[in-house]
Amino acid sequence: MSQLNIGVLGLQGDVAEHLASLSRCGVAGCRVRRAGELAEVDGLIIPGGESSTIGMLLDRFGLMVPLRKRIRGGMPVYGTCAGLILLATEIEGSRQTRIGCMDVAVLRNAYGRQVDSFEAPLQFRDEDQPPMRGIFIRAPRITRLLDPKVQVLMEAHGDPVLVRQGTMLAGSFHPELTDDARVHRYFVEMVRHG
Amino acid sequence: METEKSTWRTKVGLAEMLRGGVIMDVTNPEQALIAAEAGAVAVMALERVPADIRAQGGVARMTDPKIIRGIIATLREQNYEIPVMAKARIGHFVEAQILEALGVDFIDESEVLTPADEEFHINKHMFRAPFVCGCRNLGEALRRVGEGAAMIRTKGEAGTGNVVEAVRHMRSVQGGIRRLASLREEELMTEAKNLQAPFELVCEVARTGKLPVPNFSAGGCATPADAALMMQLGAEAVFVGSGIFKAAANVADADERRAITLRRAKAIVDATTFYDDPHKLAEVSTDLGEPMSGLDVRSMDPKDLLATRGW
Repeated sequence: MSQLNIGVLGLQGDVAEHLASLSRCGVAGCRVRRAGELAEVDGLIIPGGESSTIGMLLDRFGLMVPLRKRIRGGMPVYGTCAGLILLATEIEGSRQTRIGCMDVAVLRNAYGRQVDSFEAPLQFRDEDQPPMRGIFIRAPRITRLLDPKVQVLMEAHGDPVLVRQGTMLAGSFHPELTDDARVHRYFVEMVRHG
Repeated sequence: METEKSTWRTKVGLAEMLRGGVIMDVTNPEQALIAAEAGAVAVMALERVPADIRAQGGVARMTDPKIIRGIIATLREQNYEIPVMAKARIGHFVEAQILEALGVDFIDESEVLTPADEEFHINKHMFRAPFVCGCRNLGEALRRVGEGAAMIRTKGEAGTGNVVEAVRHMRSVQGGIRRLASLREEELMTEAKNLQAPFELVCEVARTGKLPVPNFSAGGCATPADAALMMQLGAEAVFVGSGIFKAAANVADADERRAITLRRAKAIVDATTFYDDPHKLAEVSTDLGEPMSGLDVRSMDPKDLLATRGW
């Protein structure tokens, strides 16, 4: 089995935490800041951070067009929080720059300001496993699924919090801030099987 | 396992989300929009930037809520959802209560304002909002974490446009961490005594080789190269105070002033992302105009130093 090469978009955000989660899955991830680095990876994680800043920097450093092209070409991608916002085709009430490949609508900061950030137990839908701790920080809410092909993998308080559409995975919480690497392992398998 | 709000992990987590970014001091909605347009990951809402606090003297206090509300509202109207921070005086827990009530995302218990208590800092564990505090060395950093700070920033010397103190404090913290990691277990209690830091946190740093919370840099960054220097020295993000909006403060034409300021702000953001790429740094440092003039810290009266505030 050849070594997987999974990148973490490293313009800004909790890049180091995602690299640590990948390493818990036995994958040596790499930081991606340039088009050349993007061309080398088999899959990409878009980390948590500030979505408007990351979107702006994707444009400024010429990554937006090649990234969109690779995602549309089937490169597996996993977005957390800001990454989810950037992947969504619809950001409610916002015209901000986005990748816009995944057919979901999101509302930013939907649970309130920072003092309303929370932790909640989460269950992988069809798995008989102990719950994981979902950390939601100024989190976006997935308000609508815009295509029947979007699957809901996890829910909290009746909202989808982890969704998949083909080779795209996105969630509103931060598994990378815990030692629980189950979501990352799931993504690594998506990359392995193309 | 039920839902819990404002946990330690959500507080430290917000600090983690700001990594690799620039947090800019702003004093009005117009500046906040320049910061957001430049790619700041957060803004610090202030009445006066540190250079003006220094020049004008007097007691520096929490910003008028009207300014903070105005900045929060303007960013939201323009579709920016970046966090808004604000400063409370050291030990002034009522200013902190007010900032939390205003919905501020991060409270900076800051030596830039005039201390309200010369012995005790705020008990930051009592708040739902996360706190950032300044430090000059590892002991000070760990005392603040012990009191509940979810982010540390090295102090530098705010409002000088001179990076020398920021470098000194970052080297001191990083050196302290390396030293702890090299000690044997039985040596840690005495080291905790010498650092005047909580023993459990000293053990944690010795074990992990890093601070329990993200460590950012502040106080004196004026150029893209300054920001990249602090990142290469181990800062995880950079606060820029007077360095951005003071640089073009004397340009008379408002549009020109905005353009010059935006260019410098963008360049500092770009330099923080590509802090380890000298070719990129050369490109973003080109043709920015004059940085703020700055102060030689060695020629300053010791009583004018802000970094010595905090205990």
